[in-house]
Amino acid sequence: MTSFLPPADRIWWKVPVGRQELIWIAIALVWCLIMFAMMPIWHVYGKQNLSTEAYQTTAAKYGDKVQAMIDKYTVREEGGVPVVRPPAGSDVYMLARLWQWWPILELEKDASYRFHLSSMDWQHGFSLQPLNINLQVVPGYEMVIKITPDSAGQFGVICNEYCGIGHHTMVGRIYVEDK
Amino acid sequence: MSSFRICPDSGFYFNNSAERLMKVNAVAGVVALLIAGLLALGVVLTRWQDVHLLPADTFYMVLTAHGINALIFWIIFFEMAVLHFASTTLLRCKLATPGWAWAGFFLMLIGAVMNNVAVFQGNSSVMMTSYVPMQAAPHFYLGLILFAVGALVQIFVFFGTLVSAQQQKTYEGSIPLVTFGAVTAAVIAVFTIASGAIILVPTFLWSIGYINHIDAEMYRVIWWALGHSSQQINVSAHVAIWYLIAGVVFGARPMSEKVSRFAYLLYILFLQLASAHHILVDPGISTEWKIFNTSYAMYLAVLASMIHGLTVPGSIEVAQRAKGLNKGLFEWLRKAPWGNPVFSGMFISLVTFGFIGGITGVVMGTEQINLIIHNTIYVPAHFHATVVTGTTLAFMSLTYLLIPVLFRRQMILPGLAKIQPYLFGGGMTILVLFMLGAGTLGVSRRHWDMDFTGAMLGFEYPAMAYTLMAVGAIGGVIGILGGGAYLLITVGSLLFGKKLEASAGFLECFTGKSLAASVYNVDKPEVVPMAAKLAHHDTSKFEAPGTFVLALLLLVTFVVYYFINWKYLASVWPLGN
Repeated sequence: MTSFLPPADRIWWKVPVGRQELIWIAIALVWCLIMFAMMPIWHVYGKQNLSTEAYQTTAAKYGDKVQAMIDKYTVREEGGVPVVRPPAGSDVYMLARLWQWWPILELEKDASYRFHLSSMDWQHGFSLQPLNINLQVVPGYEMVIKITPDSAGQFGVICNEYCGIGHHTMVGRIYVEDK
Repeated sequence: MSSFRICPDSGFYFNNSAERLMKVNAVAGVVALLIAGLLALGVVLTRWQDVHLLPADTFYMVLTAHGINALIFWIIFFEMAVLHFASTTLLRCKLATPGWAWAGFFLMLIGAVMNNVAVFQGNSSVMMTSYVPMQAAPHFYLGLILFAVGALVQIFVFFGTLVSAQQQKTYEGSIPLVTFGAVTAAVIAVFTIASGAIILVPTFLWSIGYINHIDAEMYRVIWWALGHSSQQINVSAHVAIWYLIAGVVFGARPMSEKVSRFAYLLYILFLQLASAHHILVDPGISTEWKIFNTSYAMYLAVLASMIHGLTVPGSIEVAQRAKGLNKGLFEWLRKAPWGNPVFSGMFISLVTFGFIGGITGVVMGTEQINLIIHNTIYVPAHFHATVVTGTTLAFMSLTYLLIPVLFRRQMILPGLAKIQPYLFGGGMTILVLFMLGAGTLGVSRRHWDMDFTGAMLGFEYPAMAYTLMAVGAIGGVIGILGGGAYLLITVGSLLFGKKLEASAGFLECFTGKSLAASVYNVDKPEVVPMAAKLAHHDTSKFEAPGTFVLALLLLVTFVVYYFINWKYLASVWPLGN
């Protein structure tokens, strides 16, 4: 009955540890180090690593950039939302606001884009479905990620950071077309 | 005047003033659990799309209140009771400055009520995280601040009690392992509450207009030092409770004091880095910061949990084998008292925390894998496995131990108590497993409508996502029934259970009154002796082979599941700098 009594040995830190525990600690430590190594290894060999490129911005500044892209490359409209088809390899912008993802992007399969993301008001969650890629969208910060869509089709962008009463209506879209 | 009593059934000593504080803290916690549980019903029945019970505004209000009452008020109130128990009862000493402890308790109570009022007034549906710039009413933040300050006061009373026990030499040698675990929880709590103050005080000032801007990213980084690290208080506390229950039910001794205490030390050193788990897909955070912090500096806190995962059941196995339950690998476990809710609850807590909560936590906390999990319903699934089937179930088991010992009442409905841990643990495990599945299909957390009714552009989840959410919700309802059974048994026992000791009268439990004065007949308890020495200790022997096999099973599950998730990550779009 020692779990709630003082240890049996006054100098308990000098009592030798059993072989079983030592073996387990060694195994567990090795596993911990493998898991730790996996993250840097993936940075070298893996293809899905989040960019660290980001800039402080304001809603007005970011809004202007998005609008400039929309003015230049809009190809049609869907449900009141412009569908924008910027050239492969270019900078593409999406903004989050209550309760919209703006605009709809049309991308080319296997081309790389510099994808910019920011919020005009509260925090939002960029969740690309059904791929399940999830990014936090924070007002005042513009995140830039190089993306290379390698599957074609229609993708939904849902908001998965709670943003008030219209949160569930905040759905956007990205198209990826085969060349 | 004598201020101690000895419980004739358990041999535990109780100090009069500490006992009252244990009671009021535990009762306040259970009331918060009752509120949280009722609200949970609203949450699961809304997320079950075929039922879709609540309208959107009510749902978000209910979800906010559910999170705060369950994660903060229930758990921290109960932990205060655990701290007072681990200090005054286990060290047989008086509570230092009971007046301050009461002040702390009342601050917590006022804070909890104030925060609940703010939420139920309807314009503070900001979720537990209250991410800026979404704003709640000022008394939402003020309530949380008062609660935190009150908790801090009680924690310092706990530290003071330890110092006075040491000075008055109420125990021989070092403090017991369970108390050591409570100290760990308290140290982490101080860090946590300090982080909370750093971010919530300015946020409160912002809500009343004294500060005009709070940076949203800074808020996230600091708030999570409160939000996640506070869950590490729970881990330390419930591991201490596992050790306590192993000791009380089986007479188990730690396999090695050194190993278990070292593991706790790793918690103190590394657990609070977990703030990073929530920042992994945020803009502008450096890779090095993320890798170091999210892994608790090379997973050293995970190592600590893996150590406890071996030594807690290992200590039970050693104790059982000493009683002659030596056949094969698992006779000690087969013949454990599965009908005793103190043990069954503790063991289900241990297994679900390790196999589900622990593994999913490490997987989703991996820097890159978080990309395919962040903010999906996988996240609440993970923390329901840690905080509900882990912490809450461990606290429930402790309650069953304490009702006769602390409250001196016989438990009512023993038949129901026998199945309660299975009902609660089983139901919640179903909820968790199916929510994990739904999360991998991209179902969002904190989301009212899977159909996206009213959205300009639609999106359809696969049919399987609906099925998983429905089955999970059924599990949730079973779990809530299990939680209801717990409340029925505990509250019923306090009110109607047979009195085991001369008692002050009806409802006295709820007002924190102690038992009749005549019960307190011990002036100065005997000094807590050191545990009896083992005659012979052969360190080369495998003392607990069954546990070792279970631990290896955990490891294999862990490794397989970990790499499955890397494989899944590799299938999504390449992205990077």
